[in-house]
Amino acid sequence: MLEVANLEVVYNEVILVLRGLSIEVPEGEIVALLGANGAGKTTTVRSIAGLLDIHEGDATKGSITWNGEDITNASPSHIVEAGITQVMEGRRVFAELTVDENLATGGFTVRDKAANAASYDRVMELFPLLYDRRKQTAGYLSGGEQQMLAIGRALMSDPKLLILDEPSLGLAPMLIEQIRDIIVDINKQGVSVLLIEQNAMMALSIAKHGYILETGKVVMDGEAQKLLADEDVQEFYLGLHGEGGERKSFRDVKHYKRRKRWLS
Amino acid sequence: MTSLTLRLLNARGSVSPVVAFMVGLGSVLGVFMLLQLFNDPEIFIQTLAKSLGLGSVYAIIALGFVLIFKATQTVNFAQGGLAVAGALFLSFLVADDHIPFTTISNPFNDIPGPSWIGWGASVIVAMCFAALLGLVIERLTIRPMIGQPLFSVAVITLGLEIVIRVFNNDAVKIEFRSLEVPWGVDGFRIGDAFINWSTMAAMITAAIAFVAVYFFYRSRTGIAMRAVAFDQEAAMAQGIDVGRVFAIAWAAGAVLAMIGGVFATQPPVRQTLSVEPETATIAFRALPAVILGGLDSATGALLGGLIIGLAEIFAGQYAAGEVGWLGAGYPLIVPYIVMIIGLIIRPYGLFGTPEIRRV
Ligand SMILES: Nc1ncnc2c1ncn2[C@@H]1O[C@H](COP(=O)(O)OP(=O)(O)OP(=O)(O)O)[C@@H](O)[C@H]1O
Ligand SMILES: [Mg+2]
Repeated sequence: MLEVANLEVVYNEVILVLRGLSIEVPEGEIVALLGANGAGKTTTVRSIAGLLDIHEGDATKGSITWNGEDITNASPSHIVEAGITQVMEGRRVFAELTVDENLATGGFTVRDKAANAASYDRVMELFPLLYDRRKQTAGYLSGGEQQMLAIGRALMSDPKLLILDEPSLGLAPMLIEQIRDIIVDINKQGVSVLLIEQNAMMALSIAKHGYILETGKVVMDGEAQKLLADEDVQEFYLGLHGEGGERKSFRDVKHYKRRKRWLS
Repeated sequence: MTSLTLRLLNARGSVSPVVAFMVGLGSVLGVFMLLQLFNDPEIFIQTLAKSLGLGSVYAIIALGFVLIFKATQTVNFAQGGLAVAGALFLSFLVADDHIPFTTISNPFNDIPGPSWIGWGASVIVAMCFAALLGLVIERLTIRPMIGQPLFSVAVITLGLEIVIRVFNNDAVKIEFRSLEVPWGVDGFRIGDAFINWSTMAAMITAAIAFVAVYFFYRSRTGIAMRAVAFDQEAAMAQGIDVGRVFAIAWAAGAVLAMIGGVFATQPPVRQTLSVEPETATIAFRALPAVILGGLDSATGALLGGLIIGLAEIFAGQYAAGEVGWLGAGYPLIVPYIVMIIGLIIRPYGLFGTPEIRRV
């Protein structure tokens, strides 16, 4: 289980981006983390993956625990070895490397050849399309294929928790559905999933639990089905009941009772 | 070559006037060389061997530049210092029979049988020393700079070059330290043309180094290095230890510099068979080859080295009558002229990647 508790993250020592963020990803579940542009979703991923350093970011408060181990300031390679990998926002495949070589980078932390081969077979089963293109340069793949490669690459380390940062970004509706089904398949194979999305409908339709993030804080969370049914969520994230005109912040919704679960 | 042709064509979708000009110039030079071949085959063959030998030494050094640039995105200006440090170390092992600053003698000199066995073993020891030197330097001065402005890192390597050179020159007192190779200045003849064994050794070594780099790039570590070169953060997200990739690149780069340094004391680069303060300049002489070939391309390093070697030696042999008024050193500016023309045609080098991404 992944537990992020009261996390505060500051960039360049002055820009406060996460203000006491608390989320949990229980083993075997799909958890959705939703939020508008700039809410701090990617920053949350960076914190978990140990990649704040290279962005001049710093976790000033709070903690990140993975199955009981404190990984708040662990190195990226340690975190991958511990079983957490991410599919980065914007895919970030190594365009100059072939498909096979991209997958090899994903299996870098796995020294066991047999385990690497098994992961490779699993990826090829999930994405038969990649098999036909395995010797091809990744840069020439289509956007959807690149997203599949990015997911496949992340699976090569045989993670226990897969974090996907906006996997639907820039994909056609049909491809989004395909990616969604694949996420469900991966989850069924026993991988916990933290799914970060702006596409709330897609994420909540497969998640068990959902969090809604606004300016670095969880402003609402609950069972995914309940969130889907919630009027405010529908208004702000699903574009339903939209009256147009002025955009209110979630915080302004009067009847909304904030659940400060991290203070209990 | 086809990919180069393709790239040249792709640049603007059709053959540009510059390319047409270069092809024209190339054919004129080709005809000129053919004429020389029939005019005086001995001199021509000798000149060709010399230029390929020098080009190979450039290529070896260039490969070191490329490895380090590929991983760290910085030109390592300390390659010259590293070349001399490695060559000096070997010189102590084979000529003085002890490790510098110690009284530990070199056990390989006592191996019975032909002397080249002990010499070869000493070369391997010196390669290990060079690798270690590269590792230490990387750990102390480059690792703390990961993610920092590349310009600062480049200036650090420039500082390192000065420090290593001063250490070589003053602390070790190089002056003229003999660096013998088993075959000395011997060679063989094709007709009347004389070719040094050292020249052949340089060509073979460059070929081996190129093949080694080629296969390294396809190994687990090599793929990781290329991933780091393309997108450092994405590589880190895969669990690749960027620091270790830097270390490996520096170790390999320092070994290549050392090998280049040893060849820089032998024909056709130099006839003295000794390490001198001036030996360090070999790295700067190889720089046009690296830039011409493309800073991040091993193929570019090899071809760039050979092209520059050919241009420099052929100009020295055949152009004396026309440009001799420039002084005896005029062949040394030829590499830069070729480099500038090459860069005008392809600003990132013949085989370089146009867009070098970084975090
Ligand atoms: N390296 C950085 N230095 C300074 N500020 C940053 C840095 N990275 C992100 N930020 C700021 O932190 C805030 C949150 O950014 P983040 O990328 O985490 O948002 P996000 O929720 O992922 O948004 P998006 O949906 O657009 O990807 C933004 O205001 C952004 O400008
Ligand atoms: Mg984001």
